[in-house]
Amino acid sequence: MKFDDEPLVPGHPLPRRPGHSSPGRLERVLRAGAFAVTAEISPPDSADPNEVYERASLFDGYVDAINATDGSGANCHMSSVGMCSLLTRRGYAMVMQVSARDRNRIAIQGDVLGAAAMGVYNILCLTGDGIDVGDHPEAKPVFDVDSMSMLNMLRGMRDEGRFLSGRKLTSPPKVFLGAAANPFAPPLDYRPLRLAKKVAAGAQFVQTQYCFDVDTFRDYMAAVRDSGIHEQVFILAGVGPLASARSAEWIRGNVPGIHIPDAVIARLRGARDQKEEGVRICVDMINEIREIEGVHGVHIMAFRQEHRVGEIVERSGVLGGRELWRPRHDWEELAPAEHEVARH
Amino acid sequence: MYRMRSWSVRNARLLKRVYAGLENFLVRLSPILRGIGYQRLDRPFAAMERMTKGVLLDSQNCGQCIVGFTGLSCPMNCPKNLRNGPCGGVRPDGNCEVDPQMPCVWVLAWEGNKRFRDNGYPIQVVQPAVDNRLFGKSAWLREVRLRTEPAGSSAHEV
Repeated sequence: MKFDDEPLVPGHPLPRRPGHSSPGRLERVLRAGAFAVTAEISPPDSADPNEVYERASLFDGYVDAINATDGSGANCHMSSVGMCSLLTRRGYAMVMQVSARDRNRIAIQGDVLGAAAMGVYNILCLTGDGIDVGDHPEAKPVFDVDSMSMLNMLRGMRDEGRFLSGRKLTSPPKVFLGAAANPFAPPLDYRPLRLAKKVAAGAQFVQTQYCFDVDTFRDYMAAVRDSGIHEQVFILAGVGPLASARSAEWIRGNVPGIHIPDAVIARLRGARDQKEEGVRICVDMINEIREIEGVHGVHIMAFRQEHRVGEIVERSGVLGGRELWRPRHDWEELAPAEHEVARH
Repeated sequence: MYRMRSWSVRNARLLKRVYAGLENFLVRLSPILRGIGYQRLDRPFAAMERMTKGVLLDSQNCGQCIVGFTGLSCPMNCPKNLRNGPCGGVRPDGNCEVDPQMPCVWVLAWEGNKRFRDNGYPIQVVQPAVDNRLFGKSAWLREVRLRTEPAGSSAHEV
């Protein structure tokens, strides 16, 4: 969403409203009651900033915030801190994913301070995929903290202005804290309670694993509503297009934590154009999910199909006519005098 | 291979009572323990814990035992060392993402929790990040010191 008090210089904070934890756009959108849309950007295996800008520009005008993944699938890519550093320069609202797998509490706290200083106002605390599924299985897994103690630690930095050690910060990081949720992994009856525990530890928003099984998700949300947790946390359901029945089967068998029902795979297999059908399924899922009470948005993970995110957003009509903020991609080329003009 | 672990979880209520009894007993003994010196006792106690908890729970001797919260399933057997619940990678059959042969320690922890008849589930208590200095030390003696020495004493530091 675009606000009246948007900063003129890209990456500068919005004025922080009373009761808000962060000066960021995502928290504003969610607290305003809009149905938020976030998307995952895939980090390049490259040191070229233009690749990052190009990948981000696919989402311009379609998403409220962009998630920068942190070595997802335990594969090495450009870091989430690096991605966020580049994209906040253009004014994007970033969700910096932090995985407990690769860094200890010293590194994580330092990164969060640095990120907040660069204009990252959303941090997603993750455990991280096991090292064995990635491209460096011989690496040392860190797991010094878990997602829960990470939330707690970052909340302490923000609200008490202290490191985990108790040492004082001179200026705490004003971040909106997020976590992941997987309503589709065993023990299913514990998952709603696990969400409640994450909220107790400091989560203000959650993004779920891919939701292909709407029935299971409905049951989960019913349990979440029974405990009233949906009023204490913003829930963004994970969605994404599947490329084909074969790739869906591969994902189901090889990517931890993704549950794809047989019916979805059968629907893909029966289609003439499977890729197209994958997009259609994604659009249908969004429309089913947004009807569920207590869901506050969707998180689109269009792995290797990022160029179709705009189309998915448009076809689902999920924005409901909301006009979203767009970056100015020529900002850096403008002369200083023109910066002054743009400011006023 | 994981039979003993599963047995312990199935008998979580009994074991928790035994555990609590032992703790209370040690707290009562604390003047004697203090007299002998906690430091001197640490190694024999840690060895005793390795034998008992090692056999019953596959304990990894983190020195800051929380099995009372986890349904008697030692969380340090989780390859991700999670101390606050299952990750999102648990396989459909309830086994571990990293080690497909092993039942997820948090699936067991949840089963164990359902056997506790407390107010609310102890698994819901948010556990702090692990203190890496305590590995291999006696968790029982630490508990005794935490319970008998005032806040701010050395027991609460390490």
